[in-house]
Amino acid sequence: MKILVCISHVPDTTSKINFTEDKTTFDTNGVQFVINPNDEFGLTRAMWFKEKQGAHITVVNVGGPETEPTLRKALAIGADEAIRINTVATDGFSVAKQLAEVVTNGAYNLIIAGRESIDYNGGMVPGILAGLTSSNFVNNCMGLEIDGHSATVIREIDGGKETVSTSLPLVIGGQKGLVEESDLRIPNMRGIMMARKKPLNVVEPVASETKTSSLSFEKPAPKGAVTLVSPDNLDELINLLHNEAKVI
Amino acid sequence: MSVLVYTESEQGAFKKAAFEVASYAKAVANQLGTSVTAVAINTEDTSTLGHYGVDKILNINNDALQGFNAKIYASVLAQAAQNEEAKVIIVSSSANSKYVAPLLAASLQAGYASNVVKTPSNVSPFTVKRSAFTNKAFENIQINTEVKIVGVSNNAFGIVENPSNATSENFTPSIPESSTKVESVDKAVGKVTIADAEIVVSGGRGLKGPENWGMIEELADVLGAATACSKPVSDLGWRPHGEHVGQTGKPVASNLYIAIGISGAIQHLAGVNASKVKVVINTDPEAPFFKAADYGVVGDAFQVVPELIEKLKAFKAQ
Ligand SMILES: Cc1cc2nc3c(=O)[nH]c(=O)nc-3n(C[C@H](O)[C@H](O)[C@H](O)COP(=O)(O)OP(=O)(O)OC[C@H]3O[C@@H](n4cnc5c(N)ncnc54)[C@H](O)[C@@H]3O)c2cc1C
Ligand SMILES: Nc1ncnc2c1ncn2[C@@H]1O[C@H](COP(=O)(O)O)[C@@H](O)[C@H]1O
Repeated sequence: MKILVCISHVPDTTSKINFTEDKTTFDTNGVQFVINPNDEFGLTRAMWFKEKQGAHITVVNVGGPETEPTLRKALAIGADEAIRINTVATDGFSVAKQLAEVVTNGAYNLIIAGRESIDYNGGMVPGILAGLTSSNFVNNCMGLEIDGHSATVIREIDGGKETVSTSLPLVIGGQKGLVEESDLRIPNMRGIMMARKKPLNVVEPVASETKTSSLSFEKPAPKGAVTLVSPDNLDELINLLHNEAKVI
Repeated sequence: MSVLVYTESEQGAFKKAAFEVASYAKAVANQLGTSVTAVAINTEDTSTLGHYGVDKILNINNDALQGFNAKIYASVLAQAAQNEEAKVIIVSSSANSKYVAPLLAASLQAGYASNVVKTPSNVSPFTVKRSAFTNKAFENIQINTEVKIVGVSNNAFGIVENPSNATSENFTPSIPESSTKVESVDKAVGKVTIADAEIVVSGGRGLKGPENWGMIEELADVLGAATACSKPVSDLGWRPHGEHVGQTGKPVASNLYIAIGISGAIQHLAGVNASKVKVVINTDPEAPFFKAADYGVVGDAFQVVPELIEKLKAFKAQ
């Protein structure tokens, strides 16, 4: 099995989100970048396939040279090779277009991406990629088994889950549940040493157009102070929620 | 060239989100000076859409569309869009809509903006505000394509009454093959889901153990709310993963979010901040959640929650 794991390079969950002076770009100053959490679950599941069923794992990112440490980390966790498509990721459509090129050229039959990136929260790259490559697609994937060319996927739905049968080639939008939190791997020294020798191929982008353009960013208005209610006066809380906030 | 809206239903009845996206579609149609066409799949009574400004309903009844299949639904919506020469397509932020929208975008070569929180600030160029960085910021984006897809964030626009004379016609799209099949569904019946809920009652590690969730469920029952939890609570197996909310769990955008025994870590807050009103109940006055909340009670959940349940019952009985 040839697995492609799409890796989005995102600010660590504790990052303060700031923008440049003109509010047009995310300010990366002092921000630590990590593998998108949804992709980390996917990569760990890919490692399970590699170890239990035999698979070759390629990780891919569409981004500039600054994303290479994130790809190296994925190699240290155990991926076999990495590809960086050397262009600035702008909109979801153009990222999917670049990834589609890699999928087609490399004849990957299982493409593991994340349900969404925690930075722009687009939630669209895997679906568009599936559409562009005519692959099957299951989103919100919280369980995945592969048997030959058949796949069984557990998909989270609003209020529950469902079991879906499908076949390769398959793109999934993965999330927590693909593996447990406790299964996530922290690269060890040996992994880090080996990662240095693994191939990280930089390829140039294919021509593509963007369907959307980001114009500017805003931060939410600062919040007013909390209104404290004494635990001995819960009638007051009900009164406030009913008459002031009008939510009950 | 109407605005097309996908009005979702479940077991033959519209979901609440259907009325919200219809209301939103009406507002966009007004901006564009055009009408609203809704796509209703296997829905028994579509007339209610006329309360929310829908002008025309494309009624699709087909056994092959029982049960949601994203690929097939994307094809059906694409055919409806082509039939109506729709230039703007509106969908919700339900799990199914977020599944179908990117496939639709690929097939129509359309630009897609997800998590949109407001009506367009401009229709030419078409510009919308969406939430990004898990609610830590908003992004203004422009959709440059001829056909545009807008995913409306839950509860962001609300349901707006707007009586219209909705006409209805049957639409019979062709149904493509799909090798993806739903084998079984495991869904609690009669429970409010986090995605649909107007009120969410959420418990954290401060509740000490799964045996103490009775009062959380009871509080949710009294309020007609969904139950949720912090990440460690689901990691510890006290509650199902589906209840985990926050940056790496489900997003919450309810009208009221009640956090009980939850400290308010940045990853938790990021996922629930889009809720309009937040209440925190916590023994520790220094808990970060107090900085993010609108109302707070510094107190022991084991005393406050049972008392709050009694008082709410009395209030509801009035
Ligand atoms: C990459 C990453 C992603 C994450 N994603 C998420 C996410 O999506 N969602 C999420 O929730 N977390 C997430 N976390 C975890 C987050 O950092 C916190 O650890 C977590 O939210 C804490 O959960 P908690 O508030 O329930 O528990 P704690 O932090 O242990 O807080 C318990 C609270 O209960 C209070 N308390 C104790 N006893 C009582 C009582 N009797 N009555 C009332 N209050 C009481 C305490 O004062 C305390 O404030 C993530 C962490 C990382 C590193
Ligand atoms: N620049 C990128 N390079 C590689 N994969 C990406 C990139 N952006 C998004 N993805 C993948 O698509 C998923 C969803 O991202 P998004 O649609 O941006 O929310 C991520 O979890 C990744 O798996």
